[in-house]
Amino acid sequence: MDPVIIIGNGIAGISCARQLRKRSDVPICIVSEESPYFFARTALMYVYMGHMPKRDLYPYEKSFWKKNRLDRIQERVVEIRPEEKTIVFQSGKTQTYSRLVLALGSKARSLPLPGSDLQGVRGLYHWQDLEALEAHTPKLKQASIIGGGLIGVELAEMLHSRGIEVDFWVRESSFWNTVLPPEESAIINRHIESHGIRLHLNAQVQALQGDDEGAVSHVLTADGKEVPAQWVGATIGVEPNIEFLKQSSLETDRGILVNPYLETNWPDVYAIGDCAQQKNPPSHRRPIEAVWYTGRMMGETLALTLAGKKEAYRPGPWFNSAKFFDIEYQIYGQLSAQADPKNESQIFWQHPSAAKLIRWSFHPETRLFLGVNSLGIRLRHEYFHNHLLAGSTIDQVISGMQAAYFDPEFYPNYHPSILKTLNSY
Amino acid sequence: MTLSPQLYQRLGAASGLLGLLWSMLSIGTLGPSLGLMTVGVLLYSWGLYGPKGAGIQNNGVWHNALTNRGLWGWTLGLALTAFYVCIYWFPEVLGFGKETNTGVVALFDPLSYTLNGNRATQWFMYGTLYSFAIVVFGGKFLWKYRHNRYQIFRTLSVIFFQLIFAYWLPEFLAKMNPETPYFAKDLKNMWPLNYYFFDSWHLKNMLKGETLGLFFLIWGLLLIFVISPILTYAYGKRWYCSWVCGCGALAETAGDPFRQLSSTKISVWKLERWMIHLVLVLSLLTTIGLLWSFFGGKTGREIMSQQQFLGGTLIFLSICLVGIGVYKRNAWDRDTQYTLLSLGFLMLGSLAIHSFSDPRHILGLSAVKVQKWYGFGIGAAFSGVLGVGFYPILGSRVWCRFGCPMAAILGLQQRLFSRFRITTNGGQCISCGNCSTYCEMGIDVRSYAQRGENIVRSSCVGCGICSAVCPRGVLRLENDSPNNRLQEPIFPLGHLNSQKGTL
Repeated sequence: MDPVIIIGNGIAGISCARQLRKRSDVPICIVSEESPYFFARTALMYVYMGHMPKRDLYPYEKSFWKKNRLDRIQERVVEIRPEEKTIVFQSGKTQTYSRLVLALGSKARSLPLPGSDLQGVRGLYHWQDLEALEAHTPKLKQASIIGGGLIGVELAEMLHSRGIEVDFWVRESSFWNTVLPPEESAIINRHIESHGIRLHLNAQVQALQGDDEGAVSHVLTADGKEVPAQWVGATIGVEPNIEFLKQSSLETDRGILVNPYLETNWPDVYAIGDCAQQKNPPSHRRPIEAVWYTGRMMGETLALTLAGKKEAYRPGPWFNSAKFFDIEYQIYGQLSAQADPKNESQIFWQHPSAAKLIRWSFHPETRLFLGVNSLGIRLRHEYFHNHLLAGSTIDQVISGMQAAYFDPEFYPNYHPSILKTLNSY
Repeated sequence: MTLSPQLYQRLGAASGLLGLLWSMLSIGTLGPSLGLMTVGVLLYSWGLYGPKGAGIQNNGVWHNALTNRGLWGWTLGLALTAFYVCIYWFPEVLGFGKETNTGVVALFDPLSYTLNGNRATQWFMYGTLYSFAIVVFGGKFLWKYRHNRYQIFRTLSVIFFQLIFAYWLPEFLAKMNPETPYFAKDLKNMWPLNYYFFDSWHLKNMLKGETLGLFFLIWGLLLIFVISPILTYAYGKRWYCSWVCGCGALAETAGDPFRQLSSTKISVWKLERWMIHLVLVLSLLTTIGLLWSFFGGKTGREIMSQQQFLGGTLIFLSICLVGIGVYKRNAWDRDTQYTLLSLGFLMLGSLAIHSFSDPRHILGLSAVKVQKWYGFGIGAAFSGVLGVGFYPILGSRVWCRFGCPMAAILGLQQRLFSRFRITTNGGQCISCGNCSTYCEMGIDVRSYAQRGENIVRSSCVGCGICSAVCPRGVLRLENDSPNNRLQEPIFPLGHLNSQKGTL
């Protein structure tokens, strides 16, 4: 019997493989060019900063793959022939499949700037990106990061931890203000700067300049500044890693188009994770959601289908988290950076001095609870998940908030102060 | 002029080493040496944790030859091991003499006279240095985790218990009662961590120790049979292992820089299970054997006969066995099986002792020798040499994980009946693995967290570092109803189509 082939051993592909193995005995084969074993991409930064050894990147021991009969091939796939149910490797070898799962992940979007192909201009996504950065690190004095998102701030922390001066070029007027409301964004601006990062807001980078050997040496800005940088982090976002499929008959847009069952237009071929684009995304969800959690959920959902119990991908209420240097961020549900007062009211509590903030959003008329985000205070996922599913009002959510905090024991209880603030609205 | 952080660290290291050298060469008095070491640790911590601001301070841990099992780690490990070997087997090298002290030990004479009225022994020196290390490295740890109140309270607690209960009070009580024979006066050092509590000589000395002796005997029994089970049920074994215990105190303070060296491999976990149950059975059997021989002797016979003791032991073990079996009848997991098996072996062993031993010999071995070898194997070689000497090689909790019979008993209680667990926050885990790396007990915390499962492990000492280093706020130490602790791993929260209804 031909195996189920999963291309990509990131969180989406591996979640699918694991859950499928739990429910079925079909042969499973995982193909990845990047790494022989699944590793936690989320922890690349911690290896660079010296928090973790490389071996701790791997969530499963080598024996796990054998024990669960998950075969692995480390090769690049260059072509898929759906009519023959075959994939073609770079080496020319072929392999037939019974079902094919495309979990191809993302790649860093390249900078639309002159000089973006210079040596030392690179995103941070793949293991190889980290290897390249590590190899360059001894020579680095100054680095620049272009693009103010989550990977950008992680890269800033990484470089800073190794004693490298960082210029952080952000196009927006405040850090990540397409997602963070103004107060949150302002807190993070200050926090980034407090670590000695040179944060340039409203920045217009015009070009990258190289030295005689073709390595990047300077960042040129629109206002004529020439800033030295021996490394430039390209962190303007990621895009689906589907280059080799663009010319095929597979329906793609920015990503691979899938229906709610994660099926593509090719029979027995599915797409999950960062590379999948929902043709009809559920309400309040974007067609491509390149985050760890959605990759995991898609993988787990598809495993049910592949095991014979057809399931649609139905993500629950949105949630996400991040960490900006020392400040943790969590979000549950919908909360806009710039709320449209007709559909969304917001209330927030902010600590007078520390970087701690909670903001709630709700519908102005029905008072339906829409979402919550927090900085510096841990919140309990289950609490908000249940309220969002139950269609609770903001008043119900607030009155039970005592059960929603997830900070470690003995942490200050801000609840009385929070209630006082909220009652004054 | 401002000094760079690296310079602070170098100055600190230099000052600390100078202090160490000072005491090794036994120049003058103890004060300047301890002072130099204190200043050294403070300067070093300032350089290490000062510039970064409050937050996780693990930058460069795996780039540093001291903390990544590199050259400096091995050097320190060998030096510590040599120190332990001297203390246990060659105290004369350190200057402990038959009549008077010379060398390092002599430096501690004045302090010893003040505290207990006698000249210093190598053990007094060791106790002083041990407590000193807990205080200064405790200070370093407090600075490192200044943003985390759980860590602050816990560290203040271990410093307090070490200084007052382990160090000062026993010396004070000994000074106040110079006539009574020696018995352990550390209120928190309960059997079986205090492995000689039930040795004949110790029981006799407590019985001869008047009110104080009787108090310590009753307190010791209450502690292990009543107080500890109640506290472990309510809070998990952390109430002892990372809030009170002296071994834990050193591991959490001086040992903290090495916590990431504990192996998380499954094979090591298997070894741990075997070891801990073996140590448990051996230590309990030894105690039963020694008690049995005590009740055959002159002092013991007046309290109860060997038959009564054996009968009582068997009844107690049967109650434990049946009790656990009934309580766990619907959750018959491997831990339960191991526990019941261990209890079964204990009962058989007790019977064997009774059938094949005489008052001076336990199963053919001399009672005195059994005491000695158990003391040597567990008390010295394991807890000291391997446990602390190998901090920079095997991590800070080797003893607690593989060798401590106390941790084994508390661990069984924690796993089988306790309200304690580490809760996973829904689906927020990103599998980064910081929790597993920094777990000093080598628990692969990530393997639970990424499945949305609670962590309920007998070895968890509740230090709370996994929760502290988690970049996504996923882990929380909690005490709650024991019923919902061991839930089946479900799809992490976030789905609508998981197997269990809407969550």
